[in-house]
Amino acid sequence: MSFPHRHLLGIEPLAASEIQTILDTADALREILDRPIKKVPALRGKTVVNLFYEASTRTRSSFEIAERVLSADSLSIAAAASSVTKGETLLDTARNLEAMNPDMVIVRHASSGAPHLLAKHCRFSVVNAGDGAHEHPTQALLDALTIRQKKGRLSGLKVAIVGDILHSRVARSNLWLLSKLGAKATIAGPPTLVPPGLEGLARVTHSIDEAVEGADVIMMLRIQLERMSGGFFPTTREYHKRYGLTEERVRRAKKDVLVMHPGPMNRGVEIASEVADGPYSVILEQVTNGVAVRMAVLYLLLGGSTEAAS
Amino acid sequence: MSRLLVAGGRVVDPSQKLDAKLDVLLKDGVVERLGEGLRVRDAERVDAKGLVVCPGFIDLHTHLREPGREDKETIATGTRAAAAGGFTAVCAMPNTHPVNDSAGITRSILEKARAEGVVRVYPIGAITRGQQGAELAEYGDLQEAGCVAVSDDGKPVASARMMRRALEYARGFGLVVIDHCEEPTLAEHACMNEGPVSTRLGLRGAPTAGEAIMVERDVLLAELTGGRVHIAHLSAAASVDAVRRGKARGVLVTAEVTPHHLFLTDAAVGEPAYDTNTKMNPPLRSEADRLAVLEGLRDGTIDCIATDHAPHTVDDKNVEYDQAAFGIVGLETAVALCLDRLVGGGVVSLPQLVALLSTRPARVLGLPGGSLAPGSPADVTLLDPARRRAVDPARFASRSRNTPFAGWTLRGWPAMTIVGGRVVWKDERK
Repeated sequence: MSFPHRHLLGIEPLAASEIQTILDTADALREILDRPIKKVPALRGKTVVNLFYEASTRTRSSFEIAERVLSADSLSIAAAASSVTKGETLLDTARNLEAMNPDMVIVRHASSGAPHLLAKHCRFSVVNAGDGAHEHPTQALLDALTIRQKKGRLSGLKVAIVGDILHSRVARSNLWLLSKLGAKATIAGPPTLVPPGLEGLARVTHSIDEAVEGADVIMMLRIQLERMSGGFFPTTREYHKRYGLTEERVRRAKKDVLVMHPGPMNRGVEIASEVADGPYSVILEQVTNGVAVRMAVLYLLLGGSTEAAS
Repeated sequence: MSRLLVAGGRVVDPSQKLDAKLDVLLKDGVVERLGEGLRVRDAERVDAKGLVVCPGFIDLHTHLREPGREDKETIATGTRAAAAGGFTAVCAMPNTHPVNDSAGITRSILEKARAEGVVRVYPIGAITRGQQGAELAEYGDLQEAGCVAVSDDGKPVASARMMRRALEYARGFGLVVIDHCEEPTLAEHACMNEGPVSTRLGLRGAPTAGEAIMVERDVLLAELTGGRVHIAHLSAAASVDAVRRGKARGVLVTAEVTPHHLFLTDAAVGEPAYDTNTKMNPPLRSEADRLAVLEGLRDGTIDCIATDHAPHTVDDKNVEYDQAAFGIVGLETAVALCLDRLVGGGVVSLPQLVALLSTRPARVLGLPGGSLAPGSPADVTLLDPARRRAVDPARFASRSRNTPFAGWTLRGWPAMTIVGGRVVWKDERK
């Protein structure tokens, strides 16, 4: 199985068939996680650096576990938030890492396009683990894997994406992925949090009720409370009332609807606890699939041998 | 001083509505006379056969960076870049360190320009002290020291009251107030145009309304005060419209546009993704804005083309997009871009382009030059309309290389630059 990319900078540059390849690979590798000895030698001798400029629990631990299961040698760096206000620039940090000859750097950064900067100037493969408000490709892939496992397909499914689209890299990656794989996405949020120019990728509405009507999947986005000083909506109370996912709203969707959330959740703001913990919620399965998808990405980009993985 | 005869070229001088094959005789720093087949003894001769001979080009919007950021540009290198780009004069924006808000700084810039510069330097003073937007700078002293206009460029004058006072006070000296139009709260943290591309790239965008609000405000304040306002680097369709309506009412408003806003759109920010040489302020706008600006140029709403030459070091640009410095160099690409895309593209005629680069900028600020009529300064730009080459930043005379036009092959380049009757630059690769 060959994969024609050296980097995973976003979903946008991928062809539908390449997305399917990643998902197929993740399905094949997922089984390793259920073994008593969760380790295969697929990436033995490969060095992976997790370079995280933003706090992360899920994504970072998920990458770390994926690296260990595949026997890559890895280390994680929690870097200081800003490269400009003091000290070393991002590029200098990257070039220092490059001098140690890693095969791959997984980067999370508050600036959109930071992974592109590394990919342009350094020899190693770059995986985007979330850049600013741009993309978070492995999140979209794990969401797709979860949907595919539950529904058998993505094509033709009605998917509602609800909340703060403006600041969400998860929404952008999912919109690309869903449109490439033929799902029908509807986005809903207050107009202050829906940026211009998404009409080509999704139907846009400002009513959550309309968005979830008959939906196969509802993806809730985190309200980034730390950003809300910008006055995008008056109160979390009103937000929950108008845009929060409640039991009542879930009932407008299909009976077998999947409710997803990339985490971390603000219970009682974008999602009611009954829904988050309810029967349609696949939020924790998303997390498990996150490890499988990241194993697939590492494996495909680092050209691990198929025999070694079996 | 010796005499210089520019012989055999096509003289295009919009100030005299002239477009003919003529010789131009320069003597003692001024244009002596124009004529067919001039026979002059003891004159140095420039063979202008196949070339276009124009009044020297004047850039109303240059950042020379000196004093303060000599790592980006100096008066010596910036004026050499101007000469190599066909400009015989540049207006130096005051956002240096320290800000040019006092006569002493203006004088030191002019002294340096006399000693080390190769083209004319016309300093622009600050509108407000330190460009802080709070207190007027001393326009009388600034003008006396040599400032030709005032501007807080790089920053808008946020307070309408301050802008009103500036326009009123400047009127007493006949000074033009040049405004960088940007409503600050709408542009906060923005690093590109707001639109589908900023959405796709996840970058904070500034809406065109933020520019147009300030253009509308400035037009209204110029109308209120009778002052003269010049809109710097206009980029949005709605801004063109505001200027057009203002001019129709007789408001004393003029406007400039940069080559990059004429030839690039925000699509360039995404292709290749996050190239920081596409980051400038105002940002590259949509195609609809670009077409509206071109139309404004064609119908005379926009008075002139200015570069907004903004040199930055590699370190200022080789960072995350949202952290990168705003601005690109323009002096050494502007004329070739305009010849290739505007004249070559049939948007404006060659005489119209010459007017946009010389006669009209001179008129906007009341500068000497912009004409080859006898008695005018002996500032001449020669163009080679057939010369074809690629933009090569490695050959820039500027200290900086931050251009999005690297590798663009353009037809029509400056061939020679004459300032005060002296050849200060010529294209050596003929």
